[in-house]
Amino acid sequence: MTVLHSAPKFASNEGVIDAISETISVWLIEAVEAHGEVIFRVQRDAIDKVLRILRDDHAYQQLMEIAGVDYPSRSERFEVVYMLQSLTKNHRVMVKCSASEDTPVPTVTTLWPNAGWLEREVFDMYGVTFAGNPDLRRILTDYGFEGHPFRKDFPMTGYTELRYSEEEKRVVYEPVVLAQEMRSFDFLSPWEGTDYVLPGDEKAPPAPPAGEAKK
Amino acid sequence: MSMQREESLTTTGEVISNYTINFGPQHPAAHGVLRMVMELDGEVIERIDPHVGLLHRGTEKLIEHKTYLQALPYFDRLDYCSPLAMEHSYVLAIEKLLNLEVPLRAQYLRVLFAELTRICNHMLNMGAHILDVGAFTPNLWIMDLREDCLNFFERASGARMHSAWFRPGGVHQDVPEKLLVDIGDWLDNRFFQLFEDAMSLVMDNRIFKQRNVDIAVVSREDAIAWGFSGPMIRAAGLAWDLRKSQPYDVYDRMEFDIPVGTNSDCYDRFMVRVKEVYESAKIIRQCLRDMPQGPIASTDGKVSPPKRAEMKQSMESLIHHFKLYTEGFHVPAGEVYVATESPKGEFGVYLVSDGTNKPYRCKIRPTAFSHLQAMDFMSRGHMLPDATAILGAIDVVFGECDR
Repeated sequence: MTVLHSAPKFASNEGVIDAISETISVWLIEAVEAHGEVIFRVQRDAIDKVLRILRDDHAYQQLMEIAGVDYPSRSERFEVVYMLQSLTKNHRVMVKCSASEDTPVPTVTTLWPNAGWLEREVFDMYGVTFAGNPDLRRILTDYGFEGHPFRKDFPMTGYTELRYSEEEKRVVYEPVVLAQEMRSFDFLSPWEGTDYVLPGDEKAPPAPPAGEAKK
Repeated sequence: MSMQREESLTTTGEVISNYTINFGPQHPAAHGVLRMVMELDGEVIERIDPHVGLLHRGTEKLIEHKTYLQALPYFDRLDYCSPLAMEHSYVLAIEKLLNLEVPLRAQYLRVLFAELTRICNHMLNMGAHILDVGAFTPNLWIMDLREDCLNFFERASGARMHSAWFRPGGVHQDVPEKLLVDIGDWLDNRFFQLFEDAMSLVMDNRIFKQRNVDIAVVSREDAIAWGFSGPMIRAAGLAWDLRKSQPYDVYDRMEFDIPVGTNSDCYDRFMVRVKEVYESAKIIRQCLRDMPQGPIASTDGKVSPPKRAEMKQSMESLIHHFKLYTEGFHVPAGEVYVATESPKGEFGVYLVSDGTNKPYRCKIRPTAFSHLQAMDFMSRGHMLPDATAILGAIDVVFGECDR
């Protein structure tokens, strides 16, 4: 596919998958190149070994980011994605593994010191735990917060809200009370996108199966 | 309050106790809502535990509930000191998923305004840094220059800060010819006179140097391992600039140099930013010189809206407009990580699309996260007032750090 976009151009992906797959083949589940990105899916228990090989043998010196993603329909619902960058080869790769709430991911704080906060953030937002992280506290949410807000089943409004109480002279936490139900429009075209019953349609009798109407 | 009793470096043999203080969350030198729990031995910092997240607004969650276009203005509100640089990563991520071609004039306009944003950001950061270490006047002078930049943004987009001007496929609207002339005039006749005046007060100033030289020295190895980027890694002597090494838009047509530091201390970080302002001005001049005429947004009607006049004549344009502002455009399923050189460093967007009109996941990589995390090891052994200098040289903005 010809590249038309003007997004950042790093070194060519050619041969990268082969060269790296060879060294991590034991733990590799899948390696794909799509949209100009090289993505390796590896076994969770070996993520630290894989990243160490990438750092030491393939010169991906920097860990730029760890992102969590939630796919509730999967058996292991979370994905942890590591973005690596090579300063010498001027190249980027992504490495990912899946995890669930009760399957800890090995920490990479032993490889990169900045993984500490990045792992704390994934833990805070998704509840994925990292085995061996010495300081796995919450980071972005409030002191004493409960739940993991970026999960798909966590409501956007949250469960608690706070206000300053004039009587108690302090900030108090209360359950969220919405004056109007939270509305979420999807705007998907009813001719192409939706697979649900449009509001109001449930009152109409179901359409007769095709062919029957002609009798 | 008291921690443990031990022999101290600062008192001769006398036993004193360490104590813990809170720096922030409301502290003028904390550049926003940062709380740092500091363990001090007299006036020497032994340990810092930065608490972030006091400005967490759940931007990434909100974006999952908006269409791609509706999510764009959230990016202005991340790093509100350099809003257009934030939008840049996001629109490039969408364009990468769509494999969408952007007209040349739009690319030039984006680069022009991204560099103007860089100047705008550095004016604020350097002013604040100088103010943090005790000088008042330069801040007032260069804040005036920032005001000029904001006026240019206003003339281009209608908004001083939250422009929402970069759009998937190009920019929102063309700029008046007079604006481009005025930006050139401003660089030629006003900007450098004021900027150099202000810098002449601090660059060789004895107090400024005493407060910054040899403060928070970070080795190259550490800078790489801690995920540094932007002026922080360049001050460590690595000529690493995403505009040069991984060029986007028309940066590959621009001629500019990458300033690097030698000592990797707070003074070098400051000086790297000073030099970057000159390089940005160079890029702006090249943009003004080379910018072609032509469309300012993609001609693909499925992604960028039609002109108002066309909608009066063409049914197809009207349908496109309606569809774009209700349903929005669909982005092919896939995932990309796009990082650009924001004024503060690498600002990345990890965008996961499931093929619908809303992002499935949009992870934002803030620059400040890695830098602030290194605060502990950078300030260890320095004095309490040095913490503000270190923080000023990191260039943190909490809209971006906490998201």
